[in-house]
Amino acid sequence: MGAKVVTITSGKGGVGKTTTTANLAVALASLGYKVTCMDSDIGLRNLDVVLGLENRIVYDLVDVVEGRCRIRQAMIRDKKFPELYLIPAAQTRDKSAVSPSDMIRLCDELKPDMDWVIIDSPAGIERGFKNAIAPADVVLVITNPEVSAVRDADRIIGLIEAEQKGPAHLIINRLNPALVKKGDMLTAEDVVNLLAIDLLGIVPEDENVVASTNRGTPIVLETHSKAGQAFMNIAKRLNGDEIPLMNLDGKGNIFSIFGKRTK
Amino acid sequence: MSGFVDKLLNKPSSADTARQRLQLVLIHDRANLPPGQIDMMKEELIRVISKYVEIDRAKAEIAVENEGREQRLTINIPLVAESRRYQG
Repeated sequence: MGAKVVTITSGKGGVGKTTTTANLAVALASLGYKVTCMDSDIGLRNLDVVLGLENRIVYDLVDVVEGRCRIRQAMIRDKKFPELYLIPAAQTRDKSAVSPSDMIRLCDELKPDMDWVIIDSPAGIERGFKNAIAPADVVLVITNPEVSAVRDADRIIGLIEAEQKGPAHLIINRLNPALVKKGDMLTAEDVVNLLAIDLLGIVPEDENVVASTNRGTPIVLETHSKAGQAFMNIAKRLNGDEIPLMNLDGKGNIFSIFGKRTK
Repeated sequence: MSGFVDKLLNKPSSADTARQRLQLVLIHDRANLPPGQIDMMKEELIRVISKYVEIDRAKAEIAVENEGREQRLTINIPLVAESRRYQG
């Protein structure tokens, strides 16, 4: 038995790939699994700051690929979970420094010692994306309920299928139930129907995410936050647990309308 | 409040518009067939078919339909009935 490799991608930038990677990695570590997350966005690394590990970097992904260090030396141990590691991207190089076969080799080396390897893909459909999905057992597509993000998600889903890595699973991030209720945001159902792939989870828009990113402590550790709960649920579903979708229904029934009024 | 006002005026919500626009955009993206080319194809097909059989041009329809992530081109071209031809 080796680790399962999960790649998180989106097509469009800024929809929450890195936030999702960090939160799923921390969630799985908190459930007691051995997790390595890998930032494959070479030249634009960010998973280190989202996890709050930026000050500990010595070696990076490209150092491993080019043989300047062993993979263990590039694995940064998390502050809170001793079995959660980060392999950071190189900041001064570009995507061509790594090939899809390098990524497969690296993951093969990690697999025997880990339960999960989670790869944060760069935005776009070029080399960086191909690198990120090459070793994947499972591909998760992140989108926002918004026209350009959904369009790009559809493109990337097609490319994942073309690379024989499908079917991808969908995470809808930053759904705003109040906007859905007003009729000014696509519903989760709309997005699932348009993209026609399996839904793994919905993360509501939550301003606490900004604060948690500021601090470098993923929101999944804040059990009172809706986004944190949503990420934890997604991690459990990824693990094969059957967890019902959280009730974020923007439309709501008569009781939820009264409930909202009293707030 | 925009949603409420839109409902009073029987105007589609912006989310409805987004969904309808995306439905079309995704069809064209997936098939790599821009809307203008579908129109060109339609004209060409009608020209070819009319060489052999009399058709009702105004009702001719060509569309790309979805079934999950699979797509199919549907062509619906009514033929002119014999009775109508005699009436001229």
